[in-house]
Amino acid sequence: MTSYILRRVLGAIVVMWAVATLVFFMLRAVPGDPIAAMLFDAGDAAAVDALKARLGLDQSIVVQYFKWFWLTLQGDFGNSIYGSRIAVSRIIVEALPRTLSLALLAFVIAMVIAVPAGLISAVRRNSALDNGVTLFAFLGLAMPDFWLGIMLIIVFAANLQWLPAIGYEPLSKGLWPWLSHLILPAIAIGTPFAAIIARMIRSSMLEVMRTDYITVARSKGLKGNTILLRHAFPNALIPVVTVMGIAVALLMSGAVVVENVFAIKGLGRVLIEGILNRDYPVVQGAILAVSAIFVFANLAVDLLYGVIDPRIRYD
Amino acid sequence: MAIRDDIADTVPGGADAFPPADGTEPLPPPAPGALRRFGHTLRRDRKAMFGAIVLGLLVIGAVFAPWLTPHDPNAMDYLFMEPPSLTHPLGTDDLGRDLLTRLLYGTRVSLFIGISTVAIGMVIGVVLGLLAGYHGRWIDTIIMRYVDLQWAFPNFIIAVYLVAVFGTGLTNVIIAISLAYIDDFARVARSMVLTIKEEQYVAAARVLGASDTRIMWRHILPNTSAPIIVQATVSVSYAILAEAGLSFLGLGVESDTPTWGLILSDARSFISRAWWLGIFPGLFIVMTVLSINFLGDALRDTLDVREVDGAP
Amino acid sequence: MLLDIANLSVAFDTGEGTVQAVDDISYRVDAGETVAVVGESGSGKSVGALALMGLLASPPARVDGHVVFEGTDLAGLDDEALRRVRGRRIGMVFQEPMTSLNPLLTIGRQLTEGMRLHLGLSRREARDKAVELLTLVGIPEPASRLKQYPHQFSGGMRQRVMIAIALACDPALILADEPTTALDVTIQAQILQLMKDLTERLGVALILITHDLGIVARYATRVNVMYAGRIVESAETHALYARPRHPYTVGLLASVPRLAPSDGRRHGGRGGAGEGGRLVPIEGQPPDLANLPPGCAYRARCPYAIPDCASLRPPLVALEDGHLSACLRAGELPIASAATPTAISAATPAAVPPVASSGDP
Repeated sequence: MTSYILRRVLGAIVVMWAVATLVFFMLRAVPGDPIAAMLFDAGDAAAVDALKARLGLDQSIVVQYFKWFWLTLQGDFGNSIYGSRIAVSRIIVEALPRTLSLALLAFVIAMVIAVPAGLISAVRRNSALDNGVTLFAFLGLAMPDFWLGIMLIIVFAANLQWLPAIGYEPLSKGLWPWLSHLILPAIAIGTPFAAIIARMIRSSMLEVMRTDYITVARSKGLKGNTILLRHAFPNALIPVVTVMGIAVALLMSGAVVVENVFAIKGLGRVLIEGILNRDYPVVQGAILAVSAIFVFANLAVDLLYGVIDPRIRYD
Repeated sequence: MAIRDDIADTVPGGADAFPPADGTEPLPPPAPGALRRFGHTLRRDRKAMFGAIVLGLLVIGAVFAPWLTPHDPNAMDYLFMEPPSLTHPLGTDDLGRDLLTRLLYGTRVSLFIGISTVAIGMVIGVVLGLLAGYHGRWIDTIIMRYVDLQWAFPNFIIAVYLVAVFGTGLTNVIIAISLAYIDDFARVARSMVLTIKEEQYVAAARVLGASDTRIMWRHILPNTSAPIIVQATVSVSYAILAEAGLSFLGLGVESDTPTWGLILSDARSFISRAWWLGIFPGLFIVMTVLSINFLGDALRDTLDVREVDGAP
Repeated sequence: MLLDIANLSVAFDTGEGTVQAVDDISYRVDAGETVAVVGESGSGKSVGALALMGLLASPPARVDGHVVFEGTDLAGLDDEALRRVRGRRIGMVFQEPMTSLNPLLTIGRQLTEGMRLHLGLSRREARDKAVELLTLVGIPEPASRLKQYPHQFSGGMRQRVMIAIALACDPALILADEPTTALDVTIQAQILQLMKDLTERLGVALILITHDLGIVARYATRVNVMYAGRIVESAETHALYARPRHPYTVGLLASVPRLAPSDGRRHGGRGGAGEGGRLVPIEGQPPDLANLPPGCAYRARCPYAIPDCASLRPPLVALEDGHLSACLRAGELPIASAATPTAISAATPAAVPPVASSGDP
């Protein structure tokens, strides 16, 4: 088990490094000159050189890489080129909790809906309930999350006025303000995620219910609920946990777009604004942060396997 | 050359499938009756039938768009922000452009992007998968490491990043989105290769002196087509959603081509006042993706393919 | 009489028609007795067992008939009542030890949950009993094994655990469906001997379902031979081997390799490959259960078939002394000293020419 954990952690670190390196080199490969974009008069050679020197862009790419790598490890992501030249790390530190809150809430809401839905769907296979859940799952996957977000705003914020449309309130301001701002976007992001999980649970449960050990459990005269929840469900969860790793990707992608719709200054919003403003340090930092969340979420999922499946624990 | 009777039965196409190694024979036919079986499934599965009809209508709409509407997608009229009416069945936007026309033209772009991205991703992914599965050893390791890496990553974010770095526009969008499929296709192709590689007819072909490429192309590839087709169908819906998302963020195609995402993006500030500008483009997207997914599911049932790694 | 199965039938409605997996079978099991149910794949033997326990999913399966166990007709019980019988009064051992245990639960948990549910034992009491059971089935260091998981056990040991689980609530009857088929030959004997010892010692009846005639000879007191969902012959073991009264049984016995010459000689080398004799397989294929021909189900492969066999379904008739057979020509069987009833045409229903068999010592 320890070797399993170690391997996973090592893997995560390697992935992070690979992503970071990729990000670095890709930005440097951009056609077009970021320098020119930053000066009023791109023709002034002296100014260009000066700026380059200041930004360290005059050195060889390898040197730049190592310098950048070293700085990044220390948490210095450079400064935003655009506007007030704030340290990128500060921007990220402010944006991170918002995105995390959003993703976490979306995850929780999705699971709360998907798990029972998937279970019921499997147990009452081909019933009206099952068909309903399947239909909902298909719909959930067919809707663009930003569109769902917009529709939710129109219905709940604009018309019914139950919830605020945009913005974010930190937890420190109270539970309801925090929650009310995040519910709609969380639903928007969580819906495709819930759809996948529900379907996965359904198909996984159906498979598990056909196994020999379930027949054995029934032959022992165990109660239906016991068999379902203590025997079948834990086994069914294993493939679902795999899918969860990928589904986290959905949450992150969704966050990027939905933050835009709901004007939440999370990582997604920071990333997009950075892109539109050609603010490369910001883009770099944001991508790194998103990747980090992503890689660690997957790491958590992997470790979860170890908890659930004794075959991994006692290997 | 004489083929052993017991092997000949296992080869698709029978004893004739063994070439005297010159490469001019036609490819073996796909599984017999697959098309017919699909027809059966369509009839039984109402969702799939619904999907087929809707998709059919959309394709017709896209192809015949110029003849179906009297308006030009970019023609501005003085009737801006008009709710649906007889002349403008889906209403007009803030610049007076007819929504239905724009959506129909948008269908073209979306379908085009969907198909081209999948085609590109499929070609690259399948080739990689074939190579990895067939040759094994270090090629396999390298390719699969990459696939594993990409598989877990949010492809949409990668697409956003690529468009950010290399600029917007149709070509870049297509490239950015295509990359997302490589991992899925590579995995599918590789696992099929691994299964088929062990079958008798491949061993027989090798014994008869067929080269590696030949084996891959003539014997393995035709038998992997089923899961690949299913994967392709399922992937198209991602393309549509991804393009919509990119356009919505302002990172999509140029603004004179009306795509659904762009239409939504343009309409964003007016949606609360003009509900049709929000609902209809969304509906188009939802219907398209839904239909593709229904059909994909039906295809998967017909061709009897198990879900690859679970995600529907 | 512990168990009285009467006219049990199981039909499945599939897309291609109705499959009659079990067709009107009846047999009895007395307390403490070991009864074998023998047949090839598709003969309905496993389905019959599952139907007995009510383990078949009801919509695709239709179960008819009566299964009177300890005085109650199981077929008439609702699910809840049936659940109380399962595990408690009837235990079951399945074929595949590798997939019969839940990989995520400890062995201890899988042993004790039935006991705690049915017998109301406390956790400690159940644990102690589990240790006893594991000792009974021959698993060393039982106390520490309780906390382990199935993947830490070998196939043979898992099957022992399955037996322990089946015995956990002191049942009166155990249904063993091909309990040793998936095991190594060397382990097979051990497990069977274990089951025999335990059932004798504890007075538990055993229904042994198998396709392996070799097992039957040694461990069962009565044998029911099934073919195409029907019981075609039923007798005490030694009587069956001494004088098989159904062509299918004759065929089965002829295709079993025998090393010991004694049996072969006692039966005049009939129906058997005596040492060095040829194994005679049964010609033809098992029938399609969705499209059974009228009349005897075995007719197409039967070397003794007569025209009547095509029209009448032979009823299970008692011959002498508890020996039943569903063959119109049961009284004539086995035919003279023929060792290999080959190439006997159905057009000559009268005397079967004695074939000088190459295996006749």
